[in-house]
Amino acid sequence: MITAGVDVGAKYAKVVVLRDGQVVARAKALVGFDLLKSAAEVFEVALKDAGLSRGDIQRVVSTGMGRNAVVQKPPISAEEAVSEVVSAAAGAYNVVPTVKTVIDVGAEEGRGIKVEAGKVKDFVINERCAAGAGTFIEAMARALEVKVEDMGPLSLKSMNTIPMNAQCCVFAESEVVSLIHSKISKEDISKAIHDAIAGRISSMVLRVGVEKDVVLIGGVALDPGFKPPLEKELKANIIVPEYPEYVSSLGAAVMAAGLAR
Amino acid sequence: MRAHYGYKNGSGDYFIIVDTDKCNGCGKCVEACPFRVLEMVPNEFDIESNPMAAVKEEHRKKIKYSCAPCKPVAGVRELPCVLACQPKAIEHSW
Amino acid sequence: MAQTEVKTQEYWRWPEYRQTVSNVDWSNAKAITAGVDIGSVGSKAAVLVDGELYAFAAMRTGGVSEATAVKVTSWALEGTGLEMGKLHYVVGTGYGRVNVPFAKKTITEIACHARGAHYIYGPTVRTVLDIGGQDCKAIRCDDKGKVVSFLMNDKCAAGTGRGLEVFADLISVLIQELGKVSLNVDQEPPPVSNTCVIFAKAESLALLRQGWTKEKVAAAYHAAMADRIVDLLNRVGIEKDFVITGGVAKNTGIVTRLEKILKTKPLEPKMDPILAGALGAGLFARALYEKEQGLR
Repeated sequence: MITAGVDVGAKYAKVVVLRDGQVVARAKALVGFDLLKSAAEVFEVALKDAGLSRGDIQRVVSTGMGRNAVVQKPPISAEEAVSEVVSAAAGAYNVVPTVKTVIDVGAEEGRGIKVEAGKVKDFVINERCAAGAGTFIEAMARALEVKVEDMGPLSLKSMNTIPMNAQCCVFAESEVVSLIHSKISKEDISKAIHDAIAGRISSMVLRVGVEKDVVLIGGVALDPGFKPPLEKELKANIIVPEYPEYVSSLGAAVMAAGLAR
Repeated sequence: MRAHYGYKNGSGDYFIIVDTDKCNGCGKCVEACPFRVLEMVPNEFDIESNPMAAVKEEHRKKIKYSCAPCKPVAGVRELPCVLACQPKAIEHSW
Repeated sequence: MAQTEVKTQEYWRWPEYRQTVSNVDWSNAKAITAGVDIGSVGSKAAVLVDGELYAFAAMRTGGVSEATAVKVTSWALEGTGLEMGKLHYVVGTGYGRVNVPFAKKTITEIACHARGAHYIYGPTVRTVLDIGGQDCKAIRCDDKGKVVSFLMNDKCAAGTGRGLEVFADLISVLIQELGKVSLNVDQEPPPVSNTCVIFAKAESLALLRQGWTKEKVAAAYHAAMADRIVDLLNRVGIEKDFVITGGVAKNTGIVTRLEKILKTKPLEPKMDPILAGALGAGLFARALYEKEQGLR
């Protein structure tokens, strides 16, 4: 049984190919203006890695913001699209069967999902505001003149807590500039940035309630500076699985296998 | 006077509204709030300048997040501040 | 080593200015007062002689608000023969009102805007919409200028001058031209779907790549901003006469669209609407000074 999950996100398209319950290929790339084209390129790469063709795949399920762009459209020709809330739950359950709470933070949205035996019980979405998602960290990285991938390690070096007043991404950028002028270190500023976004995400997750095991997925989970303030706010241990940015596409692939059976 | 504290952003409208004509300055809402979002301030808009309830400055810009823990997705939603207010002077727009 | 500094056009930087508006002789005045409105983006000082606007200045706030407070007030006084020491009473207001070190009192910007709006537009004002650099205020007042209802929206850049600054920079149009540019379309395009400035920016870039003209993209952004502002206004309700204050009142793109949606024409300002806060503060200063004098 070979299936694939295609997660067309706001920033990245992620593809996972699943063969008899094992992941045989993963691929991701930035999404351009043409969603189908970008997703198709990633899909081809994943197929090539797995040494397969579209014909070998019994079922493809898509998810993410751009999921409808690839349904019934070659070369992906996904048979079905599911919401990212459902695919995140399915994917998290697959890698951490004891999961009860999923926190999924992507480029443009943050989600808190209550899960029971892999099924979605409740969820809350923080959307349409850059300050509640990965875009915030990216924008702040630009203001700090630091690479996005360096933001996490920088923040972990800080021993201080500096509060950030601005909530809006646009205003926060100006605040970062004035913090730099006040000779606050980049480490401390990066920590303040991570504290700020963790504060926002955790308050939303509290709306669905926090129950062990808590699993963090999505692109922002790759940022090592994000987990510590999140754990502090939620007063809970957080599990970050391997390849957290692929968990939703994995969930879609798992659902494809379930449906095809 | 209806004082709206909060904001609107891409994801919705989040305002705590205090009706200062109804507010009797008792301060019960301030005590009831588990996250210390509210405070008593002198009413700068009136000659008498009686105390009235208001959202603290630092919480006005993040009221959605400050109040989120009192607004579970599932189950009964009982806002402690609204329950504590006898003259029904305080309301939430979301 | 020789260095060439390439001066790039800063589209978002609106021009600073001062003006003496009347030639009244202040030496006979009973009360020379000033209102200083330190906003997060712009700082304004209004000097009043016996309750009439005499001179003013408007400049960018920049980093340190205390220095700006002194600067903008001195600039307003430039060429008048008056010095800071001759001011009888100064009231501070705005976002940085605590940073007006020479102010005798600070008063909430809501009250100052309502008062200032009555001065600029007349006693029929009942609804004031203030669109500033970093926030948006909707104020309902009664016939005496007393505040009946207010809403302050100060978290999100979307309905503010700052959002327009970001946009001006994006499409390389001078901010003072932006409104006019947005009206230069045959047909109003649909508003951008994202209110968040960050996402609207990305959406606009995509539209530009699709071949949309600057005018069309500007129109789409202004349309979204106007929709958002109307939502806020509807929370407090709109009663005529309706007026707009703050720097963004000068953006014809926003004002025209608001008129269309609300089916109400805002009153024409007799003077620069950016001064509403400072004017109101200056008027409060006069009242407070006279009260003080009366007690003596």
